[in-house]
Amino acid sequence: MAQASVTEIRQSSWWHRNQQQLTPWLFLAPGILFFLFYVIFPIFQSFNLSLYEWDGLGKAEFVGLYNYEELYWDDAFYTSLKNNVLWLLLYLLAIPAGLFIALFLNQTVTGIRLYKSLFFFPFVISQVVVGLVFTWFYDPTFGLLNVLLGAVGLPPLNVLGDENTVTIGIIVAGLWPQTAYCMILYLTGLNAVDPEQIEAGRLDGAKGWRMLWYIIVPQLRPATFIAFVVTIIGALRSFDLISVMTNGGPFGASRVLSFYMFEVALSEYGFRMGYGAAIAVVLFLIMLAFIAYFLWSMYKEEKAR
Amino acid sequence: MRSMLKTSVAAFAMLATAMGAASADGLTGNLKIFLDTSNPAPRATMEEMIAQFQEKNPELTIETTVIDREAYKTQIRNFLTANAPDVATWYAANRMRPYVEAGLFEDVSDLWADPAIGENLASTKGAMTIDGKQWGVPYTYYQWGVYYRKDIFDELGLSEPTTWEEEKANCQKILDAGKKCYTIGTKFLWTAGGWFDYLNMRTNGFDFHMDLLTGKASWKSDEVRKTFANWRELIDMGAFIDNHQTYSWQEALPFMVKGDAAAYLMGNFAVAPLRDAGLSDDQIDFYQFVEITPGVAKAEDAPTDTFHIPANAENKENAREFLKFVVSPDVQTWINDGEHLGQLPVNSKSSVDNDKFLEQGFEMLSSNSPGGVAQFFDRDAPAEMAKVAMEGFQEFMVKPDNLDRILDRLDRAQKRIYK
Repeated sequence: MAQASVTEIRQSSWWHRNQQQLTPWLFLAPGILFFLFYVIFPIFQSFNLSLYEWDGLGKAEFVGLYNYEELYWDDAFYTSLKNNVLWLLLYLLAIPAGLFIALFLNQTVTGIRLYKSLFFFPFVISQVVVGLVFTWFYDPTFGLLNVLLGAVGLPPLNVLGDENTVTIGIIVAGLWPQTAYCMILYLTGLNAVDPEQIEAGRLDGAKGWRMLWYIIVPQLRPATFIAFVVTIIGALRSFDLISVMTNGGPFGASRVLSFYMFEVALSEYGFRMGYGAAIAVVLFLIMLAFIAYFLWSMYKEEKAR
Repeated sequence: MRSMLKTSVAAFAMLATAMGAASADGLTGNLKIFLDTSNPAPRATMEEMIAQFQEKNPELTIETTVIDREAYKTQIRNFLTANAPDVATWYAANRMRPYVEAGLFEDVSDLWADPAIGENLASTKGAMTIDGKQWGVPYTYYQWGVYYRKDIFDELGLSEPTTWEEEKANCQKILDAGKKCYTIGTKFLWTAGGWFDYLNMRTNGFDFHMDLLTGKASWKSDEVRKTFANWRELIDMGAFIDNHQTYSWQEALPFMVKGDAAAYLMGNFAVAPLRDAGLSDDQIDFYQFVEITPGVAKAEDAPTDTFHIPANAENKENAREFLKFVVSPDVQTWINDGEHLGQLPVNSKSSVDNDKFLEQGFEMLSSNSPGGVAQFFDRDAPAEMAKVAMEGFQEFMVKPDNLDRILDRLDRAQKRIYK
């Protein structure tokens, strides 16, 4: 009994001594646990799974790096990889487009709130609806696009049926809501632009492009950074549009890695869990490059302060 | 204490079930049914059928879940292992093989041992058999064939073809009249699988087709090349509608309804939407896919939809009674009639509805398909192979010059998948 109380005292004093260090960890513990369990652990699980051949039902068979070797010979994998790069590059167009619309809408005219909401509208509606709307727009026989092309005397296009144009067609559909998102980010950013600096710039004779490039854009850096991050992430998860608009076709020409992974591992026609995991690992490495860059630039910024 | 209570409750429940079964013909307990019949007509039919079963067994608690047909195909893997229903719908032949091999479907050979099922359902027994045992029962099947616009044929003075030469001659006349011969939508690939099935079965026969799909024959063989050469004749003529790779099978229907295309190689389920779109039975008709290589016995595609009992089901006895009910002659007659599923009954004691497409289909399958009956490309071939191959067919239909590359790809896939 006496001994117990001694340890109690010792414990409580230890607790007293370390309270400052321990408390934050205690508060972080639930978050860390969930993060470990739902994010970190599955990453390693995927790494592990990519070394097996497994149909999700029977026994998993260890095959070493065979899945990666298979990837190396797989044309569909390269098509997906190429499309991912295309998505990453072209999707970034949403940033300048969003900036210019924001600049255009950043004025005080009667009803500007209405115009702003109309421009923001595509971001509010579901990606599935965006995909459907654009599918009908591109429809080779009844679609509006070919009616418009016909009106100016151009030959009809089958955007989603041609393996050379299909990915670009889907990216354009994706840019519509993404531009609206970037626009909103820039509109809030523009509110924070310092009017005194603009005044000062004006006194120094800056206007037009020079004003935009040297005075406004540098002040929008935080907004640009966020727009860049969400656009890159948006490009890498471009799954729903592809699924709705082409289902990966024609003959697999519009697949990206995430869609291809879904197709081989989880769709109606294939349950190659190991192979899907191998694709996921490649996708993870690509994302890791960007994440590392973001973390690094954020770290640099913190240090500079 | 609690466990004792539990056992006694369980014992009492068992006793009650036994007594219930003995005292009345109605079943007791639970029956959990998962259906993939999410389209309006099949859904209503299934619900009506289950209501009838409920009426016969008022004591039975039936719980029905209808899952979207496409979503079902991926969900089945989860619910068979984790939260199994007592009865689940699925497809026959190779499509059920993964679940049979993983031990997730119950062996129901005992039901088939009963002549009321074993003999009356003999025509589909093969499709339900793996390793000499039966793993479920069929509830409906339907024919495939060429559905065509009779008014257009009459206008151009054409008659139903029976040989490949006639088929092509007809097509040329249709093309000369400024229409397309066939509508098709290959966005979801499987429609192209139907064309390959027929072209290959007619060019090389049922046995070669099955050898190819089960990995015994090569995709780079001369036989396969001959099939593709025949297909190419139609493609080079411009027989298929343009831009078919962007359409689903439903989106391809308007071409036939508007008269821009004269025919559609499809399953019998295409008839209902064609009628709904305003075509009368005088305007649409049906013919069996023509002979290509003379002397090759004709074989048909007739996909069979099935009911299974998951191995992890809790109420297997009730489930067995339900399966017996589904395949009984009366039920088969009415669920497959024109007002319900509009397909063919699996029980030979049932009668086929008075509908010209069903009558022709039944006639064709029972007496004019000596080569055999196939399920369908993506049900006969393993799922992975089906996917790669059907993607190849789509590519071939758009870019026939890529044939060599496509066949190389299929050959590689075949070596990987069947080992």
